[in-house]
Amino acid sequence: MLKLQIEKRLHGAGGEMKLDIDLEIEEGSFVAIAGESGSGKTTLLRILAGLEKAEGHIEIADEVWMDAKYSMPVQRRKIGFVFQDYALFENMTVEENLLYVEDDRELAAKLLEMTELVSLRERMPGTLSGGQKQRVALCRAMMKKPTLLLMDEPLSALDPVMRQKLQQEITALHRTFSTTTLMVSHDPSEIYRLADRVIVLEGGEVAADGTPKEVLLKTQGSQKFSFEGELLDIIKVDVIYVAIVSIGQQLVEVVVSSQEAEYLTIGQKVTVSTKAFAPMIV
Amino acid sequence: MTEMLEKIEFTPFLLSFKLAAATTLILFLVSVPLAWYLSQTRSRSKPFIEALTALPIVLPPSVLGFYLLWALSANSPVGAFFEETFGIKLVFSFTGLVVASCFYSLPFMVQPLQNGFESLNRHMLEASYLSGKSRIQTIFSVAIPNMKPALLTALIVTFAHTVGEFGVVLMVGGSIAGETKVASVAIYEMVETMDYTSAHIYSAIMLFISFVVLLSVYLFNQKQNRKFGF
Repeated sequence: MLKLQIEKRLHGAGGEMKLDIDLEIEEGSFVAIAGESGSGKTTLLRILAGLEKAEGHIEIADEVWMDAKYSMPVQRRKIGFVFQDYALFENMTVEENLLYVEDDRELAAKLLEMTELVSLRERMPGTLSGGQKQRVALCRAMMKKPTLLLMDEPLSALDPVMRQKLQQEITALHRTFSTTTLMVSHDPSEIYRLADRVIVLEGGEVAADGTPKEVLLKTQGSQKFSFEGELLDIIKVDVIYVAIVSIGQQLVEVVVSSQEAEYLTIGQKVTVSTKAFAPMIV
Repeated sequence: MTEMLEKIEFTPFLLSFKLAAATTLILFLVSVPLAWYLSQTRSRSKPFIEALTALPIVLPPSVLGFYLLWALSANSPVGAFFEETFGIKLVFSFTGLVVASCFYSLPFMVQPLQNGFESLNRHMLEASYLSGKSRIQTIFSVAIPNMKPALLTALIVTFAHTVGEFGVVLMVGGSIAGETKVASVAIYEMVETMDYTSAHIYSAIMLFISFVVLLSVYLFNQKQNRKFGF
């Protein structure tokens, strides 16, 4: 069980903010942390890792990492950390990056095998692609056999195909080692695929906490389809109005009445939904 | 020509290089922790320390030389302490020259190292801490190997700058043959005594060495930058 109760004043882009979080996380679970930028997600991870100071209490598997008088140095916490920008040791080969953490050739070989990196073992990080680098970083984070794996938007710099592949590898690693994992992510499909719990932060506080289904699915009541999007434009076509809405990566047109067109303002967040409808998936 | 070359006394050059080597070594050991501290700290004292270490760049060598002469002489507490405790005379001696050079060349070692440390990806250093490694291990296994151009610049420029110093050396060391008469001081004396032939030869050698040293630094840096694809 990971118990954490932390407080910290932050000076973010949006002015003063107080990070105030009280959570219990079960051992072996995979928790996604979501929320807008500046909501304190990264800071939470850094405090857990011991890279930033805070007030409060952190306890994991009956070991105290932080309390009022004591803060265990980052070197002694059993943590694996994956940064968004990989942060590999550029002067070492792939294999040396792993062995620098722990001189455990057996574990290194096993990890490289699991992530299909065996053939790249002698390569320098500068010669690898983004996806390959992040796989190395993931392996490096596992070398310490951490009790807690922290990942700060590990996949957001990668293209969709690479992202899916890495998601599979993260799942495989999590199954094998069942390390308690906290991952910051913005991508709902990624969260749905990987996590068994989602915590949404807003202004430094927990705004939602539940299973991905409870937190992420936007449909309510009898709605069958519901999407959130941004209203880009309203065009008058003859007697009707057409709203252009950006949903995810796509633009859609929605017919709106003249009254609706009046109270909608361009740029606002809108929900596009429909009831009693049998869609075709092709 | 050969006759002329045979007449050249190489002791001043050897002294210059000995002085530069000693200074570079000592400054490297002192500057790594100092530059690291400056690169990592958010303390309010940082600008004061930075200004202090940069002083030798802007101070006239005679001012620095004068203060050092005053501080190192047997009449000052520092000079007296060294003379009484270790029996070392710090003015008009080689040891004194090394001490003075360390002050004079300090910014040329600290600043490139500090820039190098600051240019490193902070997450990479944190990844080393997260791997359970101490700060010292991180500096020598991760930080320094990833800033080779900065390291080379620091070492070479410090060395070259020490070989090229004149004012401070003259004031603190004087011109004792075989002890403190380095190449730059020797050239000054040759010109004073109107021995232009020797002055020409000495100056040409200095010019050549300095150029080769600088060229090798820039060539290396260009190669490194290409290697890392900048």
